[in-house]
Amino acid sequence: MMVQTRHFGQINVEEDKIINFRDGMPGFTNMKNYVLLTNEENQKEGPFFWLQSVEDGDVAFALVNPHAVYPDYSPEVKDEYVDFLGHTTAADLSVFNVVVVPEDIKDMTVNLRAPILINQTTKRGAQVISENQEYAIRQYLYQDMEQMKKKFEEGGK
Amino acid sequence: MLALSRKKGESIMIGQDIEITIVDIQADQVKIAISAPRSVQVHRKEIFLQIQQENKAANTISDKSIEKLKELK
Repeated sequence: MMVQTRHFGQINVEEDKIINFRDGMPGFTNMKNYVLLTNEENQKEGPFFWLQSVEDGDVAFALVNPHAVYPDYSPEVKDEYVDFLGHTTAADLSVFNVVVVPEDIKDMTVNLRAPILINQTTKRGAQVISENQEYAIRQYLYQDMEQMKKKFEEGGK
Repeated sequence: MLALSRKKGESIMIGQDIEITIVDIQADQVKIAISAPRSVQVHRKEIFLQIQQENKAANTISDKSIEKLKELK
Protein backbone atom coordinates (compact mmCIF):
# COMPACT_ATOMS: atom_id res chain seq x y z
CA MET A 1 0.00 0.00 0.00
CA MET A 2 1.14 3.57 -0.68
CA VAL A 3 1.36 5.97 2.23
CA GLN A 4 1.87 9.69 1.80
CA THR A 5 4.13 10.75 4.69
CA ARG A 6 5.06 14.16 5.99
CA HIS A 7 8.76 13.41 6.32
CA PHE A 8 9.56 10.72 3.78
CA GLY A 9 7.30 11.53 0.84
CA GLN A 10 5.29 8.71 -0.66
CA ILE A 11 6.41 5.31 0.57
CA ASN A 12 5.36 1.84 -0.46
CA VAL A 13 4.58 -0.32 2.56
CA GLU A 14 4.36 -4.05 2.07
CA GLU A 15 1.51 -5.57 4.08
CA ASP A 16 3.78 -8.09 5.81
CA LYS A 17 5.96 -5.27 7.16
CA ILE A 18 3.13 -3.64 9.09
CA ILE A 19 3.49 -3.79 12.87
CA ASN A 20 0.29 -3.80 14.88
CA PHE A 21 0.15 -1.84 18.12
CA ARG A 22 -2.96 -3.24 19.76
CA ASP A 23 -3.22 -0.35 22.20
CA GLY A 24 -1.72 2.33 19.96
CA MET A 25 0.89 4.62 21.50
CA PRO A 26 0.12 6.79 24.57
CA GLY A 27 -1.31 10.02 23.14
CA PHE A 28 -1.97 8.30 19.81
CA THR A 29 -4.32 5.49 20.76
CA ASN A 30 -6.34 5.70 17.53
CA MET A 31 -3.42 4.67 15.36
CA LYS A 32 -2.65 0.98 15.53
CA ASN A 33 -0.50 0.24 12.51
CA TYR A 34 3.07 1.30 11.92
CA VAL A 35 6.03 0.47 9.78
CA LEU A 36 9.61 0.54 11.04
CA LEU A 37 11.84 2.50 8.68
CA THR A 38 15.61 2.40 8.81
CA ASN A 39 17.60 5.46 7.93
CA GLU A 40 18.59 5.96 4.33
CA GLU A 41 20.96 3.51 2.67
CA ASN A 42 24.15 5.30 3.63
CA GLN A 43 23.02 5.54 7.23
CA LYS A 44 22.33 1.90 7.90
CA GLU A 45 24.92 1.90 10.66
CA GLY A 46 23.26 4.70 12.59
CA PRO A 47 21.33 4.01 15.80
CA PHE A 48 18.17 5.79 14.60
CA PHE A 49 14.97 4.36 13.18
CA TRP A 50 11.54 5.72 12.35
CA LEU A 51 8.19 4.41 13.42
CA GLN A 52 5.86 5.68 10.72
CA SER A 53 2.09 5.43 11.11
CA VAL A 54 0.50 3.88 8.02
CA GLU A 55 -2.88 5.31 8.99
CA ASP A 56 -1.75 8.93 9.30
CA GLY A 57 1.24 10.05 7.24
CA ASP A 58 1.80 12.98 9.60
CA VAL A 59 2.53 10.72 12.55
CA ALA A 60 6.07 9.39 12.89
CA PHE A 61 8.37 8.80 15.83
CA ALA A 62 12.15 8.97 15.79
CA LEU A 63 13.46 5.92 17.64
CA VAL A 64 16.89 4.97 18.87
CA ASN A 65 18.37 1.56 19.46
CA PRO A 66 19.14 2.09 23.15
CA HIS A 67 21.92 -0.47 23.31
CA ALA A 68 24.04 1.59 20.92
CA VAL A 69 24.25 4.29 23.58
CA TYR A 70 23.38 2.47 26.81
CA PRO A 71 24.89 -1.02 26.57
CA ASP A 72 23.52 -2.00 29.99
CA TYR A 73 19.98 -0.79 29.33
CA SER A 74 17.60 -3.47 30.48
CA PRO A 75 14.09 -2.26 31.30
CA GLU A 76 11.98 -4.44 33.53
CA VAL A 77 8.50 -4.97 32.11
CA LYS A 78 5.91 -7.29 33.61
CA ASP A 79 5.32 -10.29 31.36
CA GLU A 80 1.57 -9.93 31.75
CA TYR A 81 1.67 -6.45 30.19
CA VAL A 82 3.22 -7.72 26.98
CA ASP A 83 1.95 -11.30 26.66
CA PHE A 84 -0.05 -10.25 23.61
CA LEU A 85 3.17 -9.66 21.65
CA GLY A 86 3.36 -13.43 21.32
CA HIS A 87 7.03 -13.90 22.25
CA THR A 88 8.52 -16.80 24.14
CA THR A 89 11.61 -15.10 25.55
CA ALA A 90 12.65 -11.46 25.96
CA ALA A 91 15.24 -12.08 23.24
CA ASP A 92 12.41 -12.31 20.68
CA LEU A 93 11.67 -8.63 21.23
CA SER A 94 13.45 -5.66 19.70
CA VAL A 95 13.75 -2.67 21.99
CA PHE A 96 13.55 0.95 20.87
CA ASN A 97 13.05 4.28 22.61
CA VAL A 98 11.25 7.41 21.46
CA VAL A 99 13.48 10.42 20.81
CA VAL A 100 12.34 14.03 21.05
CA VAL A 101 14.37 16.22 18.70
CA PRO A 102 14.00 19.98 19.23
CA GLU A 103 15.48 22.64 16.90
CA ASP A 104 18.84 22.36 18.65
CA ILE A 105 19.73 18.73 18.25
CA LYS A 106 22.06 18.91 21.26
CA ASP A 107 18.98 19.20 23.45
CA MET A 108 17.37 16.02 22.18
CA THR A 109 16.06 13.61 24.77
CA VAL A 110 15.18 9.94 24.86
CA ASN A 111 12.42 8.31 26.87
CA LEU A 112 14.11 5.45 28.67
CA ARG A 113 11.23 4.89 31.06
CA ALA A 114 8.75 3.72 28.41
CA PRO A 115 10.46 1.51 25.81
CA ILE A 116 8.83 0.28 22.62
CA LEU A 117 8.93 -3.49 22.32
CA ILE A 118 8.45 -5.10 18.92
CA ASN A 119 8.15 -8.75 18.07
CA GLN A 120 9.47 -8.84 14.51
CA THR A 121 8.05 -12.33 13.94
CA THR A 122 4.45 -11.77 15.01
CA LYS A 123 4.64 -8.10 13.88
CA ARG A 124 3.19 -6.85 17.12
CA GLY A 125 4.41 -3.93 19.15
CA ALA A 126 3.71 -1.91 22.29
CA GLN A 127 5.05 1.03 24.23
CA VAL A 128 5.11 0.06 27.88
CA ILE A 129 6.02 1.79 31.11
CA SER A 130 8.92 -0.04 32.71
CA GLU A 131 9.18 -0.65 36.43
CA ASN A 132 12.57 1.10 36.53
CA GLN A 133 12.01 4.42 38.23
CA GLU A 134 15.69 5.25 37.70
CA TYR A 135 15.14 5.47 33.92
CA ALA A 136 14.36 9.05 32.91
CA ILE A 137 11.51 10.04 30.63
CA ARG A 138 13.72 12.86 29.34
CA GLN A 139 17.30 11.63 29.25
CA TYR A 140 19.69 13.91 27.34
CA LEU A 141 20.74 11.68 24.48
CA TYR A 142 23.19 13.85 22.57
CA GLN A 143 25.60 14.21 25.46
CA ASP A 144 25.37 10.51 26.21
CA MET A 145 26.14 9.67 22.58
CA GLU A 146 29.17 11.95 22.65
CA GLN A 147 30.39 10.31 25.84
CA MET A 148 29.86 6.86 24.40
CA LYS A 149 31.85 7.83 21.31
CA LYS A 150 34.68 9.16 23.47
CA LYS A 151 34.77 5.98 25.50
CA PHE A 152 34.80 3.91 22.32
CA GLU A 153 37.65 5.93 20.83
CA GLU A 154 39.68 5.67 24.03
CA GLY A 155 39.08 1.95 24.17
CA GLY A 156 40.31 1.57 20.59
CA LYS A 157 43.72 3.08 21.36
CA MET B 1 -17.64 11.16 36.97
CA LEU B 2 -18.82 9.11 39.92
CA ALA B 3 -17.65 10.25 43.36
CA LEU B 4 -17.97 7.90 46.33
CA SER B 5 -17.17 8.48 49.99
CA ARG B 6 -15.22 5.67 51.58
CA LYS B 7 -13.74 5.12 55.02
CA LYS B 8 -10.45 3.51 55.91
CA GLY B 9 -10.67 -0.23 55.21
CA GLU B 10 -13.57 0.10 52.77
CA SER B 11 -13.37 -0.81 49.10
CA ILE B 12 -14.91 -0.22 45.73
CA MET B 13 -15.20 -2.72 42.91
CA ILE B 14 -14.68 -1.78 39.28
CA GLY B 15 -16.24 -4.49 37.18
CA GLN B 16 -15.89 -8.03 38.46
CA ASP B 17 -12.20 -8.20 39.18
CA ILE B 18 -10.72 -4.81 40.06
CA GLU B 19 -10.84 -3.86 43.74
CA ILE B 20 -9.63 -0.58 45.20
CA THR B 21 -9.22 -0.44 48.96
CA ILE B 22 -8.54 2.60 51.12
CA VAL B 23 -5.70 1.36 53.32
CA ASP B 24 -4.85 4.50 55.24
CA ILE B 25 -5.72 8.19 55.47
CA GLN B 26 -3.25 10.69 56.86
CA ALA B 27 -3.96 14.44 56.54
CA ASP B 28 -4.02 15.08 52.77
CA GLN B 29 -2.64 11.72 51.72
CA VAL B 30 -4.54 8.53 51.02
CA LYS B 31 -2.96 5.12 50.71
CA ILE B 32 -4.73 2.92 48.20
CA ALA B 33 -4.40 -0.79 47.52
CA ILE B 34 -5.30 -1.99 44.04
CA SER B 35 -6.15 -5.57 43.27
CA ALA B 36 -6.49 -6.20 39.53
CA PRO B 37 -5.80 -8.95 37.01
CA ARG B 38 -2.10 -9.01 36.21
CA SER B 39 -2.68 -7.92 32.63
CA VAL B 40 -4.19 -4.63 33.77
CA GLN B 41 -1.54 -1.92 33.82
CA VAL B 42 -1.61 0.26 36.91
CA HIS B 43 0.49 3.44 36.89
CA ARG B 44 0.51 6.81 38.56
CA LYS B 45 -1.30 9.26 36.30
CA GLU B 46 1.62 11.74 36.21
CA ILE B 47 3.88 9.15 34.59
CA PHE B 48 1.26 8.25 32.05
CA LEU B 49 0.62 11.91 31.19
CA GLN B 50 4.34 12.61 30.85
CA ILE B 51 4.71 9.76 28.38
CA GLN B 52 1.77 11.02 26.33
CA GLN B 53 3.32 14.47 26.36
CA GLU B 54 6.73 13.17 25.25
CA ASN B 55 5.15 11.23 22.39
CA LYS B 56 3.34 14.36 21.25
CA ALA B 57 6.57 16.37 21.47
CA ALA B 58 8.34 13.63 19.49
CA ASN B 59 5.86 14.18 16.67
CA THR B 60 6.60 17.88 16.24
CA ILE B 61 10.06 17.19 14.80
CA SER B 62 10.98 19.54 11.94
CA ASP B 63 12.44 18.41 8.62
CA LYS B 64 15.60 20.34 9.49
CA SER B 65 16.05 18.32 12.69
CA ILE B 66 15.43 15.11 10.79
CA GLU B 67 18.27 15.95 8.42
CA LYS B 68 20.55 16.63 11.39
CA LEU B 69 19.53 13.36 13.01
CA LYS B 70 20.42 11.43 9.86
CA GLU B 71 23.94 12.78 10.03
CA LEU B 72 24.47 11.50 13.57
CA LYS B 73 26.16 8.19 14.17
